[in-house]
Amino acid sequence: MPFKRYVEIGRIALVNYGKDYGKLVVIVDVIDQNRALVDAPDMVRGQINFKRLTLTDIKIDIKRVPNKKTLIAALEAADVKNKWESSSWGRKLIVQKKRASLNDFDRFKIMLAKIKKAGVVRQELAKLKKETTA
Amino acid sequence: MSYKFHQFQVVGRALPTESDEQPKIYRMKLWATNEVRAKSKFWYYLRKLKKVKKSNGQMLAINEIFEKNPTTIKNYGIWLRYQSRTGYHNMYKEYRDTTLNGSIEQMYTEMASRHRVRHHCIQVIKTATIPAKLCKRESTKQFHNSKIKFPLVFKKVRPPTRKLKTTYKASRPNLFV
Repeated sequence: MPFKRYVEIGRIALVNYGKDYGKLVVIVDVIDQNRALVDAPDMVRGQINFKRLTLTDIKIDIKRVPNKKTLIAALEAADVKNKWESSSWGRKLIVQKKRASLNDFDRFKIMLAKIKKAGVVRQELAKLKKETTA
Repeated sequence: MSYKFHQFQVVGRALPTESDEQPKIYRMKLWATNEVRAKSKFWYYLRKLKKVKKSNGQMLAINEIFEKNPTTIKNYGIWLRYQSRTGYHNMYKEYRDTTLNGSIEQMYTEMASRHRVRHHCIQVIKTATIPAKLCKRESTKQFHNSKIKFPLVFKKVRPPTRKLKTTYKASRPNLFV
């Protein structure tokens, strides 16, 4: 299968190890075979190993090493935040974060909602069963 | 990013005597892991160049030198003299890095791995930031491309913290992207 996600200037990547775990960063330049210079609106531009990055499908249009203002403008223009949060990967991460931050009362509410949902599904199933046997 | 090797500026001179009231002051920029080692290195080099030892000299200043622009990528050229099993050799190496300390650390680790030269057998003669046109090594020149693009071929997914590491896994890893 050919490769679809390339390391290139403007590629958005997710940090999957280390201090900046979970952040979306932009690859603004490549240092050498193992490291890239990355930048994000809320961090100082720095180097990171490719082993700590997971490439995403999103790519923005920037020149090599833009300054912070141009970078933020390019991120806004490409609407990276919304694209990420509406993608299935981004949505899964949001759900994971929500689940990890629940307190006991929230878990109780979820239990009730699950029971209700299962009850409705079972009623529909019973109705369909009756129709097929009748 | 913490670096093992720090760059120091060390300034020293011989002690003033009756025959020499104002001895010449010498300044060196060198790499060491800490200040104590830097001072020792300074006297080591100065002994080889001038007739002065630590016992008849004085240290005037020692300051650490920090990188001015640690957020830009530069091509560093390092000239070094190292001792191999059969004699001394000079070498010129190029590295791409954001800081000079980082490239010096790369140099020490590369010399240790490629030539089995330990850190105490290496003397740094000169370092310079090289503009892209003047780089000599193909391995640095291949990254001088403003439209650089390559895929990450083998991607092993690691647990996000060392704590979540397990010795045994149920299935073989998927290395594609």
